[in-house]
This record gives sequence, structure tokens and C-alpha cells, in this order.
Amino acid sequence: MPRPQEHKLFTQALNLLTEATTEGGGGFEAPSINEFFPAPIFFEGTPFEINRIMLIRFLITAVIIIFFTLWASRAQKATKAGQLVPSKFQMIGEIALNFVRKSIAHEQLGEKDGERFLPLLTTIFFVVVGMNFTGIIPLLNIAGTSVIGLPLVLALVAYFTFIYAGVKKHGGHFFTSALFPAGVPKAFYILVTPIEFLSTFILRPVTLALRLMMNMIAGHLLLVLCFSATSFFLFENQSLVALFGAGTFAFGFVFTLFEILVAFLQAYVFTLLTTVYIQLALADEH
Amino acid sequence: MDITTTAAAVNAVYGNLGVIGYGLAAIGPGVGVGLVVSKTIESIARQPELAARLQVTMWLGIAFTEALALIGLATPFIFAVPAA
Repeated sequence: MPRPQEHKLFTQALNLLTEATTEGGGGFEAPSINEFFPAPIFFEGTPFEINRIMLIRFLITAVIIIFFTLWASRAQKATKAGQLVPSKFQMIGEIALNFVRKSIAHEQLGEKDGERFLPLLTTIFFVVVGMNFTGIIPLLNIAGTSVIGLPLVLALVAYFTFIYAGVKKHGGHFFTSALFPAGVPKAFYILVTPIEFLSTFILRPVTLALRLMMNMIAGHLLLVLCFSATSFFLFENQSLVALFGAGTFAFGFVFTLFEILVAFLQAYVFTLLTTVYIQLALADEH
Repeated sequence: MDITTTAAAVNAVYGNLGVIGYGLAAIGPGVGVGLVVSKTIESIARQPELAARLQVTMWLGIAFTEALALIGLATPFIFAVPAA
């Protein structure tokens, strides 16, 4: 049980928050879905509008290209010079690349097929990590993957890749064995086939895209909520209520750390699921 | 409860039904993710040498279970009536 004094302070803070939100005139700004649709900066009115999020995506694409060019050119130089000990910068790249190669591709697909699909899996992993990470970089503050376009493109790439892998290996038999799984009594196909169709050919790409986007949206909204409450409590109140700002700031800090974990985890899950879908399509028996 | 207090209570309720929908959508995946993780912990306790492989399977299981909650989060936006 909180003591009555504390209780009073807490209700006072809550009242202040709700008042500021409902009145809308300055003060506390609750985050809304409009966060993800900032005003266009270039080419306004054309289909090629560039807004803040698009600029962040361009930036991250440039950063990824620069990093990979540096890693590749240095690795080439080092092998030519016969230098076996990599630099620290080189180590980071090799560890990250090896993570995708060994613990995702080789583990799930085996050496031969793993090498075949490695370029795609590496690209997906690093693009998703980079784009997720902008959600917690100060001044950028929004994930490139938090608007549906990018996750959808990546999910479609994964979708067509596993269909390609299955058709290349099994031909038309891929679709029949996916839709009419073996060992099911014939009468049950009325039930099983629509469910299999829905889960394999519709829900797989949709959930891939939605999982990534919704995780980033939820994370961003949580951070905005924490930090805008902090700014409201600290700068708009002179009374003891301002102390609540410290609490909301601590929550914001912890959620920022959590977002680092989520950024890596979602990239890992996205790549892993793509790999598993390819593996299921390549498997001999469905 | 007489009519005036009921009316007052009804007047005090405002907000979006989508929030309730998301709350309902989060129940199942919450239980599901809990089950997946608890079973993985049990299995790792029994066979610690399989920990790496079990964890990969656990992330897959969580990803599939979690999708339902995320679809629940998306539906209010998808089926929202556009403001006139």
C-alpha cells in the first residue's frame, strides 16, 4: 500500500498528464501513428516523395555499401600480402559474416545449399540489422523498417526465393506436395489444402513483413512515450511532480537497451525464417 | 445502479475498440510464448549439450506464436474507417 501522500502525488501527476493530453495545447505530446508519416522533404506531390525515413534508408544503404567495400578490399589486400592476422575492424566484419554463414546458413541448409543461398541471406541479415538500428541512433531515432515498404520488399524476396528453390529442385511436384501433404486421408484434403495454401503461400510473406514492422513500430512508440513524458515532467512542472521525470527517463533508458536486443533479434529471426522456408522447400519429403 | 450513475459511467468511457481487440489478441500468444520458453528451459536442463539447437528452435517457435499478436496490432490500422 502506498502512503496517502505518495498516492496523492501520483494521482496529481496522472491528472496533469491526462489534462495535457486531452487539451492538446502544448505540454505532453502522446505518440501517434503519424510519427511514421513525416512531411515530405524532396519531390513533394510526385510518387517519388522523399521524407525523413527514406533519407535514413539511403544513409544506411550507403553505410552498408561502404563497410562491405572496405571489408572486401582489405581482405583481398591482406591475402595478397600474405598477412594472416586481421585488424580489429576486419575482425568485426568477419565475425558478423561468419555468424550468418555458420550458425544460420550451414546449420539449417547444410554446406552445399548454404553456400548457394548465402549471398541472399547475408544481404537480408545486414540490411535488416542496419535499418533496425537507426531506431536507437540519436538524431535519426526512427527505424528504416518501421514503414511497410522495406519489410514487404524483403519478405517478397524471401517468398520468391523459397518458391524458386522448391520449383528448381522438385518442379511442379513442389506445389502438389506443399498443398496435398502425403499421409493424409483423401477426404481430408477438403480441409487441409485450403489451410496449407493459406499458411504457406499467403501468411508466410505477410507475417515476415508484419513481424518486423510491428516490432519496430511498437519499440519506437514506447521510446517516444517514455521520453516525451520525461520532457513533459521535467520542463513543464516546477513542483515535486518533476521527480516522475527521473522514473520515465530510467524506463526510456532500459527500453533503449531492450531495443538494441530487439534490433538484432528481429534480423536473426527474419533471416532464420527465410532459411527455414528454403530448407522446407528443398526437403525431399514434405 | 440507477440510470444516472450508469449514464455517467458510460460517458466516462472513451477511446478505441482497437485497443481492446489488441488486448484480446495478446492473450493467446502470451500464453504460447510462455509455454515455448518454459519447455525449452526444461529441455536444456535435461540435456544441456543440446542447448544451441534447442535455442534456435525456440526462436522459431516464438516467431510463429508471436505473429498472432502482431497481426492483432495491425488489424485496427488495416480495417480502420478513414476519417471523413
